[in-house]
Amino acid sequence: MARLKSPADLEQFRQGLRSGRDPKKPCVTICSGTGCHALGSDKVSEAFVREISRNGLKGKVDVRRTGCHGFCERGPLVVIFPQETCYLGVKPSDVSEIVSETLSANRLVDRLLYKDGDGTKVQLEDEIPFYKHQKRIVFGNNTLIDPKSIEDYIALGGYSALSKALFEMSPDQVLETVKDANLRGRGGGGFLAGTKWETTRDAPGDIRYVIVNADEGDPGAFMDRSLLEGNPHSVIEGLIIGAYAIGSHQGFVYVRQEYPLAVSNLQIALEQARKHGLLGKDILGSGFDFDVVIHRGAGAFVSGESSALMSAIEGVVGEPRPKYIRTAVSGVWERPSNLNNVETWANVPLIIDKGSDWFKNIGTEGSKGTKIFSLVGKVNNTGLVEVPMGMTLREIIYTIGGGIRNGKKFKAVQTGGPSGGCLPESLLDLPVDFDALTKAGSMMGSGGMIVMDEDTCMVDVARYFTEFLADESCGKCVPCRAGIEQMVKILNRICEGEGKTGDIELLEEISEVVRAASLCALGQTAPNPVLSTIKYFRDEYAAHIDEKRCPAGVCKALVSYYIDADKCTACGICRRECPVEAISGEKNVVHIIDQDKCIKCNTCYEVCPTRFSAVRKISGEPVPASPPPGTQVARAKGKQE
Amino acid sequence: MKTVRLKIDGKDVEAKEGMTVLEAAREAGIEIPTLCYHEKLAPYGACRLCTVEITKNNRSRLVTSCVYNVEDGLVVKTNTPEVQKIRKMLLELMLASAPILSDFAKEYGVDAPRFTADVTQCILCGLCVRYCAEVKGANAITFVGRGVDRRIAFVDEVVSTGVCMDCRQCFGVCPTGKIPRETDGASFEGITVRDVLAQSK
Repeated sequence: MARLKSPADLEQFRQGLRSGRDPKKPCVTICSGTGCHALGSDKVSEAFVREISRNGLKGKVDVRRTGCHGFCERGPLVVIFPQETCYLGVKPSDVSEIVSETLSANRLVDRLLYKDGDGTKVQLEDEIPFYKHQKRIVFGNNTLIDPKSIEDYIALGGYSALSKALFEMSPDQVLETVKDANLRGRGGGGFLAGTKWETTRDAPGDIRYVIVNADEGDPGAFMDRSLLEGNPHSVIEGLIIGAYAIGSHQGFVYVRQEYPLAVSNLQIALEQARKHGLLGKDILGSGFDFDVVIHRGAGAFVSGESSALMSAIEGVVGEPRPKYIRTAVSGVWERPSNLNNVETWANVPLIIDKGSDWFKNIGTEGSKGTKIFSLVGKVNNTGLVEVPMGMTLREIIYTIGGGIRNGKKFKAVQTGGPSGGCLPESLLDLPVDFDALTKAGSMMGSGGMIVMDEDTCMVDVARYFTEFLADESCGKCVPCRAGIEQMVKILNRICEGEGKTGDIELLEEISEVVRAASLCALGQTAPNPVLSTIKYFRDEYAAHIDEKRCPAGVCKALVSYYIDADKCTACGICRRECPVEAISGEKNVVHIIDQDKCIKCNTCYEVCPTRFSAVRKISGEPVPASPPPGTQVARAKGKQE
Repeated sequence: MKTVRLKIDGKDVEAKEGMTVLEAAREAGIEIPTLCYHEKLAPYGACRLCTVEITKNNRSRLVTSCVYNVEDGLVVKTNTPEVQKIRKMLLELMLASAPILSDFAKEYGVDAPRFTADVTQCILCGLCVRYCAEVKGANAITFVGRGVDRRIAFVDEVVSTGVCMDCRQCFGVCPTGKIPRETDGASFEGITVRDVLAQSK
């Protein structure tokens, strides 16, 4: 491939690619994102190649392995173009039927289609409720692109925004467009990207850097990973445009080493962009030079914080530095450094291509565009969803997410990652945008969304996230290191039934200092899980402390199991499954749990057949006295009488 | 160098541009407590005891005075009830692992500390680590671990060269006396990187 030396070269190359591609030619796209990969999509791809060849369709059908489509719950996902027929949960053994039926005979394989509540089958991807209510402007191309192919990206219009920026716009115009679009950072703080760019551009110094933050570390979050894995060129294109606007010639991508597919797809993409003259010296013949270095992170959550990330790029320990002078002014090697998150950069080409007005038409007054969320937890349709800012939590969780699993009741949704907050049912109609979430005591963060049902203990949830933050605190400053440590101790004792009157207030007292005095955002936001659960679920804390009761029946120290003598049929299942032999009994004799031996593993409760439901889980009340050993079960008694 | 005029605790103070609020206050005879500050070292901002309230453009907020530079017209309050509350809690938190600081903490109202932690008699101010690196240039002391597992430790490969034998400059900067108590500059048993890593396992 010869270097593209002008916008005309790029357009000619694009036209060449398009004319060589027949939009009517069948194409099987197989999601090869991390979720589907784990579910065996590799084998599915191999099976397609084999079966297509075996059926004499080689050359007549394309096979494309793409990035994440989003509906991870139902992977491996296969979409067959041009119809856009979507098959879910495809196994290698399904492939020969798909090839012979759908590809050869144009018939559907019904059992692989999505079925909605009343059993109606849905053929098209866009008609599946999970996708139908999304607005996938950033993430949508993932379904259409082989992330290892720059040709796929260019054929779909890729790098046209870069060409437009370099040849039709001045750096100032690019910056003004991004400012006018009100693009806010998708990584956490929601700071206006254009304003940050302007700060870096105007900061004194000759050398400036632009950086992609791909240190996504929130438990349960994988949107940046999937974007980088599935459409790396969109992030690179955004970065080059930003560099042009800011006047930077050197970029960095700080990406977690634990994201091997993202790293390798990014490496391939950078190499391809260089070969095509889209990166390096004299990009597209514009005279603008820019290149990118990948910095692989060693796996510290705190390194996603801007000053810590920049320390890590410098090669020293990734610990935050005081930043009363912003990193936009004094960052990597004390040079102006503009850091934006993966998703923020991926929005930039769209804004340049379609204009700021188009972007501003999506979203709410203060939060424009869309946001990708990783919807996980006790929701039916887990996966990645991209929705316009301002969609309510209820729409995301129920309309797209399909509601709560197993018909359980919704209890809370945790947004914003570990330093976010838990929002209760009364806030389900909250429009999701930066300001509304912050006002409610949570935050947008990078877009984690963990749904919890009635079986979740909110004190336990606060303990989990606070413990995560204690582990991930770098330990440099006192309030974060020692404050979070003490908060974990208090939460642990509450969950263990040792909570004392005044513990809630003590948690609040520590929280206030951790929030006000910590060095970086990790510490400053670390109290959020505790404060938001106290705010919305204070009664659960009180039940643990005052009544020694865990309302959700989660905290082991506060629950007991016993067998209801009237219901026990002496089937023996619990006795056999108990891992510590705490259950005694024999045929026709009521089984009894030895409370001293019981480790509260919940096994007996789970295995007791629902038609008996003899094992009871209780909290906050004494265990009823057991019947005398040898008591006959009710059914046996009935027979005798 | 340009002179900057600000107000600290009601007192008009003149400072040189580029100075920190802490330096300006101390030069004006206003005491702000610190445990991780040393005039020969780059500010570090770890103990947070020097937190003060500043007002700028009619907006007040808390900042760490050892790393916040003076600005014209800045109004600084070093001892508001909020600042006192923060200092008291920070000292109470530090006392859990360094009870040796109890007299110092009492001065700030901590009489009955409520917390417990592993007693290391170290508040991780990093003065030893930074003094050894920035002033002595020996890099014989380092941090090991993260979060609550963070510890200071002597680097085996460096101390074995004998560089510490007659230096002992870290003894004087340690606010809790941990270092002179646990080493004499010749033997480092228990506080080398190897030992600390072994203990943490």
